[in-house]
Amino acid sequence: MPHAVPDPVDTAAAARPVSLIRATGLRKSFGDLEAVRGIDLDVAAGEAFGFLGPNGAGKSSTMRMVAAVSPPTAGELSILGMDPATQGPQIRARIGVCPQEDTLDTELSIRDNLVVYGRYFGLARNECAARADELLRFFQLTERAGQKVDKLSGGMKRRLTIARSLINQPDLLLLDEPTTGLDPQARHVLWDKLFRLKQQGVTLVLTTHYMDEAEQLCDRLVVMDKGQIVAEGSPLSLIREHSTREVTELRFGVGEHEALAARVADLAERVEVLPDRLLLYTEDGEETLARVHERGLDPTAVLVRRSTLEDVFLHLTGRTLVD
Amino acid sequence: MAEVSTPGPVASGRGAAAPGHGERVLRQLDYWVTVYKRTWRASIASSFLAPLFYVVAMGVLLGGFVDAGGAALEGAPSYLAFIAPGLVAAHAMQTAVGETMYPVLGAIKWNKTYLGMVATPLTPADVVAAHLGFVVFRVATACGAFLLVLSLFGLFVSVPGVLVAFLVQLLIGLAFGTPLYAYSAGLSDPTPFAVIFRVLIMPLFLFSGAFFPISNLPDGIEWLAWVSPLWHGVDLTRMLTLGTLDVPLALVHVGYLGVLAAGGWWWSVRRLTRRLLS
Repeated sequence: MPHAVPDPVDTAAAARPVSLIRATGLRKSFGDLEAVRGIDLDVAAGEAFGFLGPNGAGKSSTMRMVAAVSPPTAGELSILGMDPATQGPQIRARIGVCPQEDTLDTELSIRDNLVVYGRYFGLARNECAARADELLRFFQLTERAGQKVDKLSGGMKRRLTIARSLINQPDLLLLDEPTTGLDPQARHVLWDKLFRLKQQGVTLVLTTHYMDEAEQLCDRLVVMDKGQIVAEGSPLSLIREHSTREVTELRFGVGEHEALAARVADLAERVEVLPDRLLLYTEDGEETLARVHERGLDPTAVLVRRSTLEDVFLHLTGRTLVD
Repeated sequence: MAEVSTPGPVASGRGAAAPGHGERVLRQLDYWVTVYKRTWRASIASSFLAPLFYVVAMGVLLGGFVDAGGAALEGAPSYLAFIAPGLVAAHAMQTAVGETMYPVLGAIKWNKTYLGMVATPLTPADVVAAHLGFVVFRVATACGAFLLVLSLFGLFVSVPGVLVAFLVQLLIGLAFGTPLYAYSAGLSDPTPFAVIFRVLIMPLFLFSGAFFPISNLPDGIEWLAWVSPLWHGVDLTRMLTLGTLDVPLALVHVGYLGVLAAGGWWWSVRRLTRRLLS
């Protein structure tokens, strides 16, 4: 398989990491609705960067601005060193976009979807065909090349959409909720593919409301809530900074959690009350659990686990990621 | 495990001249060819057979009675010769209308083909131009075949007249296609399409001078025909096929249709840009 040789980078830029996306004070409003309320971004080449946040946090609006299909309302934005307001086509020529909803042509064959799309980038027909076959192999769709898109499962459609977004060999791949709506097995297949792309040096920018997806794929991420960035860092550093090492989860009877929270409050650095359980944030979960039992409390179920990005989000916003 | 070719970290295309509007429109050719390949069989019935039925039923069979009654038909030697150009012009309208209602809304809302397109270097202006190019192609094939068949009936006085009449059909197609394209590009659901067909397209089809001279209309509403773009198209086509060219009036027709086509095009780009790049 021919692996494209990196072009020589001009000498001034070679010294420092190159910013593929740089934004300052970026805002987006739709009428009275402020979807993005002033965010700063700097994504370097080769990075896997994520936007983590619940639905409505402004992730997709940000992605659309970065994809040069949505003019910012205010702030500065530069993508691949270019201005999306004036150089949209040149920017879009070098990025790949996997939108939240599939935009595949359901009446074309799987292979034709790739070939026709490649033509939009000005690629020659035989080049489109060669790349399409290569991508079909990589995404394990070769046997289905001649079938109509309608026949594919949800996971296969996502794979085809991502394959299509790679037809122009983009410098930057944007994935908006790449695995939303897929079953666990299909998600793992997709994560494996994305991980391989990342290892090949493709710069990935993705949005997700799945904390496990963010942890698996992102070198660095921002947590978004209500149009703003509330935290930034690697998954590990975010957990260290905004949560404890471990979490002890206690389940009691329905409606009892609020009342019992006061009785365990001093056993942990922080206690979160959810409708169905108590979360005790602590450095040593087993130790904390032993203390709970010492007090004569008898939860119906317990779980001691490591902190995750879900805990970070809960701490920062007081809400869970997936409602 | 296969690897996917990936580019260098940065700047792989920097310095390359940005392709212009024309090139980006041409890049969509393969897409529209595949669209045509999967629909051309179905379009045969509506494009070629339906108009022929009209010619036979109205022109030949009904025309026998009309001619027997000694009607005044704006200089046409027979009723068939009178309505043939009207049917061609109406066919141009209907073909363009059909291609710019559901297909446009579908590409935005259901298949989302347009959303995929504007994620590439293509802009809404490129997308509009290619789609309207396809509409012109559809009108050209449909009306071209129609004119060819009608010429077998010996209805046309001159070859240049028919050739110019053919070009006029493309203009009629654009005069209807571009404003409707713009309208469809801003719609959120297809309900108004049925209304447009019933209260706009059907009345235009029946009352724009295709089947009878507009002087037959009651005096109070004859001016309505002047507003109808189809009448301008019908009258222009008829002048050319019957060889009764009235140059100043022909220029008025061309101007009216041209303004609609150009204005509709401009409006289409504007509405689609707002819809897709919000």
